[in-house]
Amino acid sequence: MIHSLFIINSQGDVFLEKHWRSVISRSVCDYYLEAQRANGNDINPVIATPHHYLISIQRGGVSFVAVCMEEIPPLFVIEFLHRVVDTFQLLDEMLDNGFPLATESNILKELIKPPNILRTIANTVTGKTKLVKGIDMLDSIDCCIKLSGMPDLTLSFINPRLFDDVSFHPCVRFKRWEAERLLSFIPPDGNFRLISYHISSQSVVAIPIYVRHNLSIKTGEQARLDLTVGPKQTLGRTVEGVKLEVLMPKCILNCVLTANQGKYNFDPVSKILHWDIGKIDFTKLPNIRGSVSIASGSNTAEINPSINVHFTISQLAVSGLKVNRLDMYGEKYKPFKGVKYITKAGRFQIRM
Amino acid sequence: MLSSSSHNMSNNSSYSNDRGSSFEAEYAVDPASGGFFHTDFKKHDDLKEMLDSNKDSLKLEAMKRIIGMVAKGRDASILFPAVVKNVVSKNIEVKKLVYVYLERYAEEQQDLALLSISTFQRALKEPNQLIRAGALRVLSSVRVKMISPIVMLAIKDASSDMSPYVRKTAAHAIPKLYSLDPELKYELITIIQKLLADKTVLVIGSAVMAFTEVCPERVDLIHQVYRKLCALLVDVDEWGQVTIVNMLTRYARSQFVNPNLHEDDSDREFYDSNSDTSEKPAASLDPDHRLLLRSTRPLLQSRNAAVVMAVAQLYHHASPKSENPLAAKALVRLLRSHIEVQSVVLNAIASISAKNKGMFEPYLKSFFVRTSDPTNIKLLKLEILTNLTTDSNVSVILRELQTYISNSDKYFVAATIQAIGRCACSISEVTDSCLNGLVSLLSNRDEAVVAESVIVIKRLLQTQAADPKEIITHMARLLDSITVAQARAAILWLLGEHSQKVILYCIAPDILRKMAKTFSEEDKKGKDVFLWESEASSAADSSSSGSSSSESTSEASSGSEEESSEEESSEEEECEKKDYSSCEDSESSFDESSSEDNNTPVKKINSSQQDKTKVEKVSNNINSNVDNKKSNLDLLLDLCDINNEAPVMTPSLGGFFTPSTPIETPLTMQIVQSTFINTKSVELINRINGKGLSATYRFTRSPHLYSPSMTNNLAIGMSIHDFACISKLPPNCSLPATLGIDFNDTTQPANFEIVSSLGNFNVCIKPKVGELLRPVKMPTSLFIESSLDFVE
Repeated sequence: MIHSLFIINSQGDVFLEKHWRSVISRSVCDYYLEAQRANGNDINPVIATPHHYLISIQRGGVSFVAVCMEEIPPLFVIEFLHRVVDTFQLLDEMLDNGFPLATESNILKELIKPPNILRTIANTVTGKTKLVKGIDMLDSIDCCIKLSGMPDLTLSFINPRLFDDVSFHPCVRFKRWEAERLLSFIPPDGNFRLISYHISSQSVVAIPIYVRHNLSIKTGEQARLDLTVGPKQTLGRTVEGVKLEVLMPKCILNCVLTANQGKYNFDPVSKILHWDIGKIDFTKLPNIRGSVSIASGSNTAEINPSINVHFTISQLAVSGLKVNRLDMYGEKYKPFKGVKYITKAGRFQIRM
Repeated sequence: MLSSSSHNMSNNSSYSNDRGSSFEAEYAVDPASGGFFHTDFKKHDDLKEMLDSNKDSLKLEAMKRIIGMVAKGRDASILFPAVVKNVVSKNIEVKKLVYVYLERYAEEQQDLALLSISTFQRALKEPNQLIRAGALRVLSSVRVKMISPIVMLAIKDASSDMSPYVRKTAAHAIPKLYSLDPELKYELITIIQKLLADKTVLVIGSAVMAFTEVCPERVDLIHQVYRKLCALLVDVDEWGQVTIVNMLTRYARSQFVNPNLHEDDSDREFYDSNSDTSEKPAASLDPDHRLLLRSTRPLLQSRNAAVVMAVAQLYHHASPKSENPLAAKALVRLLRSHIEVQSVVLNAIASISAKNKGMFEPYLKSFFVRTSDPTNIKLLKLEILTNLTTDSNVSVILRELQTYISNSDKYFVAATIQAIGRCACSISEVTDSCLNGLVSLLSNRDEAVVAESVIVIKRLLQTQAADPKEIITHMARLLDSITVAQARAAILWLLGEHSQKVILYCIAPDILRKMAKTFSEEDKKGKDVFLWESEASSAADSSSSGSSSSESTSEASSGSEEESSEEESSEEEECEKKDYSSCEDSESSFDESSSEDNNTPVKKINSSQQDKTKVEKVSNNINSNVDNKKSNLDLLLDLCDINNEAPVMTPSLGGFFTPSTPIETPLTMQIVQSTFINTKSVELINRINGKGLSATYRFTRSPHLYSPSMTNNLAIGMSIHDFACISKLPPNCSLPATLGIDFNDTTQPANFEIVSSLGNFNVCIKPKVGELLRPVKMPTSLFIESSLDFVE
């Protein structure tokens, strides 16, 4: 089980340590720091040292390093670390003898009361009956539940056949899902992810955006880049928050481009060209073009950048999933219900 | 003053635990950096004051600061007496922080810690379940062996507490107490048994955790609760699910019949006409086994990656093969999670896919590499892709691999090339196209790509029967441009290995010469291979073609007319043919034939002497590293110039001069034992062809008793000395026997018959060129001397 936990900031200093069993010297983190020095952020999550296993995750420049002495399922630790909340006292309630005790943030809030002012605010909000649901399409349904009492909710879909592979929040009753394809649950308060799912491969999901790209090499050291983004089958909705990330090969020195929409910048160190377009205007397709200078003597045949595309479409679920109805049992009042569909690009990569 | 200095000491001791490098950093960051120790001491003083005050708010503030220090890894043990007093505080917040402090320092200050025990005992009787549980948790975390009877008692009471939360804490306390005092094991097991029987989902996860930590061998405890565990599993908290599923996996593996047993025996069933074909492996599953699989299936839908992985493990180890795809789907879903999760899951998939290809084949596309993946994930994905290669998808995979080659991550590109090599090995249809593809990579601009391709091609040629001539020639040309040591070694190895193939005659010695010049700059690996190769190729030259090739090259390089060299080589080709046919006794007959051919009067002794020097140098290189650089150059000079000195060079190598040969010059050369003897045996007769008799052979690399020229090494001109008849060979026994064969300097196979009561078997032993050599040793002075001669 988890023996100790060290939290290391981006400078490589241990700023927090916690021991559940015997005290382990923080010098054990050196193995981790060494790996970090050698590979940057590309670190194997499990590092074996002579006496310990270091299992680590990195979030926002901060590294969480758990030290284990014996064989343990690594995902057990990793999954736990992801749920670690940043207060030190919480950790104490969360782990007992290295074994996770309570990780549901809502329960933890019960155990450790938030500061007074916040508490009163929380109480007033909880007192209102309100339910807002956001659906993060292609991946999951996130709920934001603010209901009093012990409501028993049932969520049904118009086309549940679409689901191929699902994973649930523990509150969902699996048996009813199996039998009736209904999500029946008593929700915890606050925000949580109710279900994540995968759409079966039979139902083709049309990608609502296209990127036309062209990179032509004129002379040995100059090339022309031309990118156009356009919407495709968006059912009249606007595509928003469009961002392109072009990963250029090492030999590209600089890019001098003009964009008819949005802003671009090229980072010569990481060789990433960011192009923040924003909303796609139907009348004038966003386009960026210009010249790219290539380091002399490099092999031009090997220039093949890849493009990561980010976008969101609100009020549309590309997967075609639709919520039929949401019913509440067990409480007398009438809740406010709402569904918000949103499509977000996951990891959408185009190879040039 | 005194106390201050002692405090300094304690501070120092805490820092001695720190990393040396953070030393300065820590000082610099600390706001009290100037008079660090001094102010720190003062701070402690006011902390003490605050703790002693009557106000809870002050105490709380002090405790917060102390806990902050503990969290930063600074030593706060000096405050122990002041803190421990506050354990009786009525304020729950203060109390909690004192608990946290006690957990950390009780071990170091055992005597003082004992003062707080009575408070815990009182807290264990509190009506509030959270306080009871908290007290038990801290009490069991205080690692003081003296209190183990008290903890034992507390656990016993708590295990029958009304509140499931307290019982859960009791279950957690069990492994803590066990690690403190292993002698209490039996008492603890009875409590574990009680907790395992608990019907609340909150408790059983922790009870199973205690079980796995304290007494995983007591399977009998699980028998009684097995069905209950399966039934409740879905409702247990995630972390408990992981522990329970892992424990049940072990249980299933040890208690149930392997459901895949039938599949392994499917061949037998096919032949067995009586076998009941209607009996499916699934039908034969024990109902309890089925129950386990049924009750864990919903957990594959868990949001917790660890739970999914635990269930996938269970399915991998204990479910019929037909049900594995369920787990595969869930594992692939985890790939969309955090990077760390991806890495662990990919590791698991890589090892599963090596055994069970079909399981992940439908998800092939999920393992395609993205440019944004970190290197370790890229490598794992590559491994999985190659594991999944089948006849049907190989083209898709190869096309994908092709696009990876132009990636900017060199490490990844190297791994991709290796992956192509693996595909080529596993799917024979694509071997040729892969090989062609790899050869085309040889003209890539990136040196790392070329080097890696060379290595992979070498490996492919090693295992494939493809005709490597052109490829090798192509690669030999690359030798000048490649600087990666391993790749150079690979090229040299190939040249050495294939040097007996006709076409390579002309290039191998040239390469050898080139390499010798740069020998000193070579890497260790390159050196080793080069030495080995020079041995092999010179042996190949001399053994198969007599002195012809080395002589002709040497002629050319020493400035003779081209015609003459050509003439000579043609002459020598004749001579070589003669060699093959007429040699009875290698030494004398060859000397005769060659001296006849060249019409040069030569003393027999002279020639054999030359021969010796040469042999010696080659082997000297192998045996000692003293004069590596020189010796190799000399070896070549030797090859070049030998004919100026003595126009006739005997091709014979390895044991064709006996120590009794009269030596005129005061050379002292001794035949030495070979430093490396290959102990790997090669199969001569296999058990099926030999009707039950099998034979293997190896070269002993030592002269045979019968004649020293027989280094246990028969075409024409070969002689053989057979071993004494083995009168009886009991079943399942093997007996060693030594066979002497004089291969007469050729790599021609020796064909002979092994006669036994089971029948006669024709066998054939083909020596590798290296086996035809004999190592000798000579003094450096002599070596230098003779090499100087050659230079002139």
